[in-house]
Amino acid sequence: MSNNTEFRTCPTTGLKVDLAAEKLIKVNAVAAVVFLAIGGLFGLLVALTRWPEVHLLPADFFYLALTAHGLDVLLVWIIFFEMAVLYFASAVLLGSRLAAPKFAWAGFVLMLVGAVITNIVVLQGKSSVMFTSYVPLKAEPGFYLGIILFAVGALIGCFVFFATLVVARQERTYQGSIPLVTFGAMTAAIIAVFTIASGAIILIPTLLWSLGYVANIDPILYKTIWWAMGHSSQQINVAAHVSIWYAIAAMTFGAKPLSEKVSRMAFLMYILFLQIASAHHMLVEPGFSSEWKIFNTSYAMYLAVLGSMVHGMTVPGSIEAAQRSRGLNKGMFEWLRKAPWGNPAFAGMFMSLVFFGFIGGISGVVMGTEQINLIMHNTLYVPGHFHGTVVAGTTLAFMAITYYLVPLIFRRELMFMKLAKLQPYVFGIGVAGISVFMMGAGTLGVSRRHWDMQFADAVLPFDYPSAAFLMMGLNGMSAVLAAVGGIMFVVVVVGSVFFGRKLEKDEKPSYPEVPPQSAAVAQHGSAESLKIPGTTMLVAIFFIAFVLYYFVNWKYLSEIWPLS
Amino acid sequence: MSDHNEEVDDNTPDNEPIPLMQRVLDNPFLLLFLGIAVPTVFYLIWGIIEITQIPIAD
Amino acid sequence: MAITPPSERIWWKEPIAKIELSWIIIAFTWGLIMFFMMIYWHGAGEQNLSNEAYKIKPERFAEHTQEMIDAYTVRNESGFPVVHPPAGDDIYLTGRLYNWWPILELEKDQTYRLHLSSTDVQHGFSLQPVNINVQVHPGYDLVFTIKPDRAGEYGIVCNEFCGIGHHLMVGKIYVVE
Repeated sequence: MSNNTEFRTCPTTGLKVDLAAEKLIKVNAVAAVVFLAIGGLFGLLVALTRWPEVHLLPADFFYLALTAHGLDVLLVWIIFFEMAVLYFASAVLLGSRLAAPKFAWAGFVLMLVGAVITNIVVLQGKSSVMFTSYVPLKAEPGFYLGIILFAVGALIGCFVFFATLVVARQERTYQGSIPLVTFGAMTAAIIAVFTIASGAIILIPTLLWSLGYVANIDPILYKTIWWAMGHSSQQINVAAHVSIWYAIAAMTFGAKPLSEKVSRMAFLMYILFLQIASAHHMLVEPGFSSEWKIFNTSYAMYLAVLGSMVHGMTVPGSIEAAQRSRGLNKGMFEWLRKAPWGNPAFAGMFMSLVFFGFIGGISGVVMGTEQINLIMHNTLYVPGHFHGTVVAGTTLAFMAITYYLVPLIFRRELMFMKLAKLQPYVFGIGVAGISVFMMGAGTLGVSRRHWDMQFADAVLPFDYPSAAFLMMGLNGMSAVLAAVGGIMFVVVVVGSVFFGRKLEKDEKPSYPEVPPQSAAVAQHGSAESLKIPGTTMLVAIFFIAFVLYYFVNWKYLSEIWPLS
Repeated sequence: MSDHNEEVDDNTPDNEPIPLMQRVLDNPFLLLFLGIAVPTVFYLIWGIIEITQIPIAD
Repeated sequence: MAITPPSERIWWKEPIAKIELSWIIIAFTWGLIMFFMMIYWHGAGEQNLSNEAYKIKPERFAEHTQEMIDAYTVRNESGFPVVHPPAGDDIYLTGRLYNWWPILELEKDQTYRLHLSSTDVQHGFSLQPVNINVQVHPGYDLVFTIKPDRAGEYGIVCNEFCGIGHHLMVGKIYVVE
């Protein structure tokens, strides 16, 4: 099979690209963007309905749109894109042929068919059970079937990734260890295997239950195993978008990891402990001991959080080191001020890093504290948190790398550069607003997944504080801004991919300007003299914010009714 | 997983054996096993045991 | 670079910069503090959810609720019985499509053993404005002790999606002096 593999050499990076892998990267990325557009549209409808002054959709269509929104963006968009990332990080970065491209195609087709089936079933209106589909709420069989097909397709993609690692090693397409970005992608693939296996374990019996072959599914058992899929699938994102941060830092600055050892150990913490935080969803359920809750919700004494905090320093630190080695040495922040803020790949990546840490990261750890969860569980604080991680973190990072994929993989010149330059800011600020205002509303008690915060038709009257209404209005406005950013992204990407100027065989695109490899940061022999004061300051600010916010929430908790 | 043996020249740094931890990190299938085993044991199995041990009310 | 293999064959032995090592130690220590904070709060804090729970048939839970309603109803409000059980008692609250049944009237600074369950699908007990949120499952009786420490009227919202009338599902607890 290796005999008829065709390669081209990338004129910008010098990477050897297997054409079969390239095609698969393209189709997965295109499918991803299509579902991002669909899921994003549903998201906008949801946000406009929750904006009290607008209250756009009727109740039944609201719950339908919310179900579709969750599925299309939390699952379909990110996993399609992650397949593209896996093929890129294995075949392309290792200069290898992709193992078994036919299987990869079969996986893609299964994923596509599954996603389409589930979308159609949801749109038919009898499966508005939310993304989580907690039993005994029952959806049509096609709902579960579509997700299962999608998951099986993604599992095939993961196996193709692992097989490609084996092929590359056997065929000696690289020397020594795999690149750090490939290692991060492997972390994502490992988590994906656990995620998908858990999903199959619970959704196959649930499908049979929906068909009438199984009488009863225990709701707590369902929820426990479902979250091994539901939460872990978002941990795939974390591993994938952290890898993308490293990749963009390397491609934009020639940045070298401060230490291979430290960054890889941080990924190892993800492999071992990130997934047990599925327990975040089980902190106020009946039946679990506090020992189980504390061990799992803390990712085994916060070792996976340690991993994220390490990446949070080493990524900007490697950028700072690269910039300083080019002479941007003035003061603490010249390296950051003179960073290419007009390059949407860098701008998106850096905002992703900052928002993921400050908004998504801190709130996730606080909310995942066993007792503090009591004052946040199922309020809007929860979606506020995960829009900080999955949208401001993952989606923004995926958008950022797309600005490199279009010229380098799709071989098209980017169109609408002015729009592209603005896009990460519009989308990033909109999403940060969504996150922060939903968290604010959640702190005031507002329920998630709820059509009418005014309770206009309820038998018993109830009012949320007026500040909560303000929060939801601001949330709606932020969602409009994010939607504009999303549309800008789709216009730039779809426009460029289909109508952009085709690059000649050996033509370097004018964008991105990848620095020559020789400009890479000095070798790590300089570890003793490494100076990254700017990053140190950023990390210190982050740490202070984290500690303060953590204890403020203990203070809030101490003010509620005594419970035991 | 290390297959540097063939490239070895005398007295080059290549002679130095790869440290254990680096070999672990270079072994995707060992990591795959660990990445599935740890959450399966600590989250799933331990959790499901606790669910099954919930007593029945009178 | 991060997109190329490490430049050294043996990268495990490369030195770690001081600043990186310091951050690892700080972050690790912070993780330990957060971990032990949860354990500490079990001893020193007043807000801990008990882990007491039972499997129970939904009909049986509904019976317990009804027995309490029959014994201690003091008045009716919008079709809901308002129940004033004795302090220290076991009290029952049923989540069902689409209300929280019945309305409870509790005394300030007294403790009660609150039983929560559902007779149909999952619901979310969300007591407002104190913002106490607990998941409610059919077939499981979750028991914890509450001690209302401020008098007033409290709303119970359902914050787990339970069906098309989810947003109508409101309950009430009165806390009286």
